[in-house]
Amino acid sequence: MVPTLLSVEALSKSYGGVHAVRSVSFELRAGEILALIGPNGAGKSTCFDMLNGQNMPDSGRIHLLGEDTVGRKPRAIWRLGVGRTFQITATFPTMTVRENVQVALVSYGRQLFNLWGSTAAYARDEAGRLLDLVGMGAYAERPCGELAYGDLKRLELAIALANQPRLLLMDEPTAGMAPRERIDLMRLTASIAREQAIGVLFTEHDMDVVFEHADRILVLNRGSLIAEGSPEEVRGNPQVRAIYLGEGLVYDARHREGAGA
Amino acid sequence: MKLQVADLNSFYGPAHILFDIALEVGEGEVVALLGRNGAGKSTTFRSIVGLVESRSGRIVFEGKDVSREPTHAIVRGGLGYVPEERRIFTDLTVEENLEVGRQPKRPNAPHWTREKLFTLFPNLGEMRNRPGGRMSGGEQQMLTIARTLMGNPSLVLLDEPSEGLSPKIVEQMVDAILAMKKEGVSIVVSEQNLHFARLISDRAYIIERGKICFGGTMAELDARPDIRDAHLSL
Amino acid sequence: MAFYFVQFLTGLASAASLFLVASGLSIIFGVTRIVNFAHGAFYMLGAYVAFTLTERFSGALGFWGGIVVAALIVAIIGVLVEMVLLRRIYHAPELFQLLATFGLTLMVQDIVVMIWGPDDLLGRRAPGFKGAVDFFGQNIPSYDLFLIALSPIVLGILWLLFQRTRWGVLVRAATQDRDMVAALGVNQKWLFTSVFALGVFLAALGGALQIPRDAVHHALDLRIIVEVFVVVVIGGLGSIIGAFVAAVLVSELNAFGILIFPKISIILVFLVMAVVLIVRPWGLFGKPEAAARRTPGLTVTPWRPLTSGERLMSLGALVLAAMMPLFAGNYALTVGSEIAIFVIFAASLHFLMSVGGLASFGHAAYFGLGAYGVAFLAKAAGLPMIASLLLGPVLGLLGAAVFGFFAVQLSGVYFAMLTLAFAQIVWSIAFQWVEVTGGDNGILGVWPERWAASPANFYWLSLGITALVVTVLRVMVFSPFGFALRATRDSPLRSEAIGINGKRVQWTAFVISGTVAGIGGALFAYLKGSVFPDSVGISLSVDALVMVLLGGVETVSGAVIGAIVFKAANIWLVSQTDLSKLVLGGFIVLMVVAFPKGIVGTLETIRNRRRSAEAKKSALVTSRIEAAE
Repeated sequence: MVPTLLSVEALSKSYGGVHAVRSVSFELRAGEILALIGPNGAGKSTCFDMLNGQNMPDSGRIHLLGEDTVGRKPRAIWRLGVGRTFQITATFPTMTVRENVQVALVSYGRQLFNLWGSTAAYARDEAGRLLDLVGMGAYAERPCGELAYGDLKRLELAIALANQPRLLLMDEPTAGMAPRERIDLMRLTASIAREQAIGVLFTEHDMDVVFEHADRILVLNRGSLIAEGSPEEVRGNPQVRAIYLGEGLVYDARHREGAGA
Repeated sequence: MKLQVADLNSFYGPAHILFDIALEVGEGEVVALLGRNGAGKSTTFRSIVGLVESRSGRIVFEGKDVSREPTHAIVRGGLGYVPEERRIFTDLTVEENLEVGRQPKRPNAPHWTREKLFTLFPNLGEMRNRPGGRMSGGEQQMLTIARTLMGNPSLVLLDEPSEGLSPKIVEQMVDAILAMKKEGVSIVVSEQNLHFARLISDRAYIIERGKICFGGTMAELDARPDIRDAHLSL
Repeated sequence: MAFYFVQFLTGLASAASLFLVASGLSIIFGVTRIVNFAHGAFYMLGAYVAFTLTERFSGALGFWGGIVVAALIVAIIGVLVEMVLLRRIYHAPELFQLLATFGLTLMVQDIVVMIWGPDDLLGRRAPGFKGAVDFFGQNIPSYDLFLIALSPIVLGILWLLFQRTRWGVLVRAATQDRDMVAALGVNQKWLFTSVFALGVFLAALGGALQIPRDAVHHALDLRIIVEVFVVVVIGGLGSIIGAFVAAVLVSELNAFGILIFPKISIILVFLVMAVVLIVRPWGLFGKPEAAARRTPGLTVTPWRPLTSGERLMSLGALVLAAMMPLFAGNYALTVGSEIAIFVIFAASLHFLMSVGGLASFGHAAYFGLGAYGVAFLAKAAGLPMIASLLLGPVLGLLGAAVFGFFAVQLSGVYFAMLTLAFAQIVWSIAFQWVEVTGGDNGILGVWPERWAASPANFYWLSLGITALVVTVLRVMVFSPFGFALRATRDSPLRSEAIGINGKRVQWTAFVISGTVAGIGGALFAYLKGSVFPDSVGISLSVDALVMVLLGGVETVSGAVIGAIVFKAANIWLVSQTDLSKLVLGGFIVLMVVAFPKGIVGTLETIRNRRRSAEAKKSALVTSRIEAAE
């Protein structure tokens, strides 16, 4: 039996009377790649922020790697073994590529308050190995601020892998990338995840990426989970098609109003 | 020609977002800019009104190249912009929000007054002194359109007006856009919802991953289900 | 009972000017996002100009007309400043905006002395309000009653202006979302200029209205600006109501604080401020701000340790410096010691500001605490010099631990204002608690023991400690902690997401930095043989900022060069001209506008440009091939 990494039960959050997320439940298993999709404003980011500890749910339960993480800070959730990438890359632009990864390793090795050691020598090889893994080995000594956007995304993946995570949370991993880069990045992520049995939860706008790489898809609309299943099942779901294509939406509404009057 | 965009390229920091965008809008036309989430619709609009700092290309509005002008000057020239996030001034009342948008009368564009807008959007007329922060999403969407119309624009860029609205409000939105068109305002409307776009537009462009990949009349688009399925559906 | 009531009314009357100045600062900040340090200078100018006008024109009309015209004249000066200076720095980092407006403050200080002389000026009494009202045997000046009535009237006029005019609606809209206002066709430039004019008018009016109550002098600016910072931190930046309530609160706390702690009345105000900051970090009526702009961001060249060649060069420079007693006289050696001490001070601020991204505007507090620490230990406890030198900085450490804990909860301009305010507490205690600190007379006779007494020996001691401190700080920059600190500065989001407790890291850096500043202060006490409240003063804090900025904010050790150049130039300048503040202020403004990378930063940029020219060529070819595919 593949262990459950993440289980979410009846997660809800509202802002000033608007239900951003209502009663969302799902599970994620080791090695599984799960996509969370939905139109803008569907509640994807709110959901993500609650899993990550940046936002406090109104109600519901989140169990990450067997622990209840509601109310914990992002850094505490990271310590449990969760790697994170952001929609707009968050890296350290004044450091080299290698140093970016080394900082994460310093934190993982609990050396943050070491005032006297040399960071340059700390876990140098481990950082190099992670950079090789994401195909950035040749860029190790480059200033991070000079990287092209696609390379920044790969660097972020290397940083996210530094704490040997069991789960990766990726918010719009391919946003802002050229088409060819998107496919490369997700292929890379998928192969690492399968090899190391890491679970991946990601949100994504690019449907090609979603349908090619996700094992399972969750569809959110106006805060509620309206569909869940394999890419084929979701593609064939009429409700999902209606949201994305809008077919029949206005006519249906007119019809209904007319019938009511 | 009302608006002509050519060779528009835009960047957010190191990320190249728009690639050689070209589009045209005729006098009094409603043109849809269709595309999925993240395809580049909002960035196109933001680039046209000068809100994206890093961009290149030609933007000709009413025969004048405005690509080097600051945002406020472009808007003052009669090019109105309704952002996707609405960006209502939540501390200001409905009437005050409209006041911020007010600009002098323009010879070649319909003139809008508060009262005329309250006829177009009756809901707003009933809550003149309510702060923007205490309005529903649909009411805010109407207010943001009305606020832009107060500037008496001859062309309006409408970014995803139907997004996140209930079917009933969407219907009111269709009526409002058609009324604007009747008054003679040219409109570019960005949409993910093909059905909504079909109800209001004369022509459509499809944008995908920052590139325009189709341009033609709505009838031409309907005749090409392959294009529709490749770029808009799942 | 009547006494307390009169005390209460006195507090209310003092609140009037404070409210006028604070509301002006808040209005300007709301729209332009600039914390205008020069606001105190405009207040002072208002007082001086009003003094001249009311002396020149007699009668009630001459007086009241003079007050209003003075405020208008100063507002016009404000408009010029906005158009010439501020428009160039609206997009600059906050630190530079604060520094540039502080530079203006310095210039104004010398200009008013040039025009009106250094002595206190006593203004005319207000026609119609010359007497006092008797209240159960207690006298209340009738002018105080006028001021008490004035604040709510001004508040009402401002309210009408913002609620009932198109201009006011635009300003309120811009306070919330200035880009959207531009997207609706409003020219921000003129909106900013007009808002600045109103803010300056209010500040100048506040100053002008003080002349019947208070003498006009050239230190009014710093006194009021610190109180105003306290008011806006408590009330919330950007809120006029907040400015009103907090101005009343602060004035009343001052009025009654004198009764409770007669010597250190200011403590009460700061206790309240600390409580407000813990409960509502954005102030009573303020709104949580979006994340502050980062201070660095001009360059992205990664820092690297010195190469072995550079190490040799640094060692050579140190050896050369150590040879100075062989050929230099006593005066030069004393100057040399002073420069060395300021290198320590600048390096300590640099660690907090460049490595940690936290620009402290009150770093002199910890320098001064170190100096007073030594004075207490050597004079009162009679400890030997070595022990005093080692233990004196502990006072700086303790101060940094307490104040730093609160300060790192905030960032950007709030951090700057809070550190400045904390430094003023320390200054006030040093100034007011005469029994312990000697007040204005300071503590004298803190002389080094015989082994260190000769100028040469003291110079070697200072130089040795400086070399040690700079080396240790440099090692820390490249230590894991240094990287954690830079990570927190570069991206709070990312560093939290890799398990870094940013606040704790920043607090640790604050304590380290304060301790090192304390070491500098400890040496300074022995160099001067005395300690005065000046070594806690604002101008010393700003000297440190300028030294770091001059060397280059974004370099590893630019502060060392900055301190040497600045201190040497400063000592020379003071000996050459009486207008050193004017020159220094003008220099700060010029540097922020034209030369923001500093000496070392500029040298590095030139070197990198040369180095990367070659690399760029090959990169271009690659990208062309990719594009062709």
